[in-house]
Amino acid sequence: MRAVDAVMECLKAEGVEVVFGLPGGANLPTYDAFVTGGLRHILVRHEAGGGHAAEGYAKATGKVGVAFATSGPGATNLITPITDAMMDSVPVVFITGQVRTELLGTDGFQEADTIGITMPVVKHSFMITRPQEIPRAIHEAFHIARSGRPGPVLVDIPQDLSRAEIDYEPVTDLRLPGYQPRVEGNQKQIRQAAKALAAAQRPVIYAGGGVVNAEASEELTEFATSDRFPVTCTLMGLGAFPAPHAQWLGMLGMHGTRAANYAMDEADLICAVGARFDDRITGKLSEFAPRAKFIHIDVDPAEISKNVPAHIPIVGDAKHVLAKLLIEYRAIGADPERLAAWWTRIEGWKEKYPLAYEDSADNEIKPQYMVQALFEATGGEAIVTSDVGQHQMWAAQYYDFPKARRWINSGGLGTMGFGLPAAMGAAVGCPDRVVCCIAGDGSVQMNAQELATCAQEQIPIKVFIMNNGFLGMVRQWQELFWDGKYSHVETGEFPDFVKLAEAYGATGLRFEDKTTLVADMKRAIETPGPVLVDVRVTREENTYPMIPAGQAAREMVG
Amino acid sequence: MGEPGTKEPLSLEELEASTNMRTGRKHVLSILVENKSGVLTRIAGLFARRGFNIDTLTVGPTDDEQVSRVTLTVDGALHPIDQVTKQLHKLINVLKIRDLEPADTVARELALFKVSADGVQRGELMQIAEIFRGKVVDVTKRAVIIEVTGTTDKIAAFEDMVRPFGLIEMMRTGEIAISRGRTET
Repeated sequence: MRAVDAVMECLKAEGVEVVFGLPGGANLPTYDAFVTGGLRHILVRHEAGGGHAAEGYAKATGKVGVAFATSGPGATNLITPITDAMMDSVPVVFITGQVRTELLGTDGFQEADTIGITMPVVKHSFMITRPQEIPRAIHEAFHIARSGRPGPVLVDIPQDLSRAEIDYEPVTDLRLPGYQPRVEGNQKQIRQAAKALAAAQRPVIYAGGGVVNAEASEELTEFATSDRFPVTCTLMGLGAFPAPHAQWLGMLGMHGTRAANYAMDEADLICAVGARFDDRITGKLSEFAPRAKFIHIDVDPAEISKNVPAHIPIVGDAKHVLAKLLIEYRAIGADPERLAAWWTRIEGWKEKYPLAYEDSADNEIKPQYMVQALFEATGGEAIVTSDVGQHQMWAAQYYDFPKARRWINSGGLGTMGFGLPAAMGAAVGCPDRVVCCIAGDGSVQMNAQELATCAQEQIPIKVFIMNNGFLGMVRQWQELFWDGKYSHVETGEFPDFVKLAEAYGATGLRFEDKTTLVADMKRAIETPGPVLVDVRVTREENTYPMIPAGQAAREMVG
Repeated sequence: MGEPGTKEPLSLEELEASTNMRTGRKHVLSILVENKSGVLTRIAGLFARRGFNIDTLTVGPTDDEQVSRVTLTVDGALHPIDQVTKQLHKLINVLKIRDLEPADTVARELALFKVSADGVQRGELMQIAEIFRGKVVDVTKRAVIIEVTGTTDKIAAFEDMVRPFGLIEMMRTGEIAISRGRTET
């Protein structure tokens, strides 16, 4: 069969349900194979939308997302989603067309050195040089994408090789001698960690996206509640521990709660699980958690002691390690009473510094209230995606995620324009669940074209634009740190989002009254098909609390 | 290991952070990689984007044609070697990395020196070359080319000696290294 037909077979063998992509010259043979390939393909309007949709699909389902693009500009349009998937450890396989082999290196039409350009931002990539290599490359790509620390893998297939005839046989073995991720965790280290936790007077569990990736939220919850361990999650980890909960401190970091950040600051032992001590978490590194010893559990050995030296390093995935840690910890029979004083201190912070904002005196919708209203309208049960900025932080603060894979956002790269296509991918992956996107009025336009895809495919995403007419987070920083001089942050009334939605074949709505907001949102959610809602909120509201960049947790403001 | 819950109490004060220190010395990393296109670019790119400096780098075949060996030297005073090797290990095509202990390693480098030398100086140059067990590989009326192999220090010492004669140019291969004893590097 043709190599491209083998690609279809490989994808089906990998359990692929859907491919997001856009055809072009160099992948015409591949698209010919879709005609009879028996695979669902969703035609996106821009490759970046396709890439983020594949990410949203992967994050919502835990399966590998797949995105296709043609050579040259098709491939370069994928750079942002690839980088995003790398930063947030999202399993996505990207398959790009390439010019014919005879044209390689000649600056041929729509030629770009896709392998070279993407090398710094992929977990791995395969340049196909012989058609017979294609099936193995596809299977190895899936294996690498989903195992260990997940990430993006790219397969670049020259047009002439993709249409070549090959002897296709299902690939049953993988030949990756240099790739053996460790997931089990060293038993001795795990025992040491259990002892340290039993000895700790002021412990905190700091959980990140690695818990979500390892499907370990049950193990995390069971372990944390086997004693009264306080738990905080990173932006990427939200939902890994059910919120609200008596042991839940809220998110930590730059816009985290005071309870979470102060607990980290005063902790004597921090147990990091699948988290990477990003600068948005640590703030000023030299003053980060100055009294703490660190247990660091991560499937990627290179993360351990990268930013903060670990006292007990454990290389393994959260699911395996937490299950073993629980057994070890239970066997010690530590006295929960030793944490009483610590909890008194934490409860004091929770009481004194709850997440709060001043509500409007009139009908104006405060952005924080908009998130609370969405929580109410969805019963807290929606998958929520977001773009990047103030709305993202408010969504993270005010929507209590009860389960993992309910909160989908771009954390590491901070990609504006992520939310709408990611919602599209999540909705395709989870058709029975309400999928909402809390978007920024700046961000949403960066991939608004995918509304056409949603309209054509009747993908019923509900996009709520938190419209303040500003690039809000940049405006906030200019207000706070650049003497209030606003430079190119005002977007005004453009575009008319209701008309934009209608032009794309979606339903467009505008909400401006807080008193009817919950009911209005319910109405929007019940409207069939894709809906884009322009929610007018307070124009100049700041996201608080906040640790100014490069400062310590103690310096929180707001 | 015994059963879970064996009670040896642990005090948090006893815990020490894993060392992420800079070692302060030169490290020779011997890396086995799959012999596939782009592997060297992946390694070089990794060093560039993580801000690690490569001092020397050599690549060559091994007795297995599927596998190549990269020998590179990195300054442990500037970079956390632990982090360098962990990042290298993440490359799928990297099979094995060995951070060679100086005392257990034989390291050699080859250098070619083109030195200006007319009749009078030539004899003296050749004497120096002989002391360093160097070989004169080319002579013209105005210059000689001398080949020297040895440790990096020896080559540096030879360079110091011949520089006053008028060093026209010098080429060095970078170090290759092999571990002492019976075990494979």
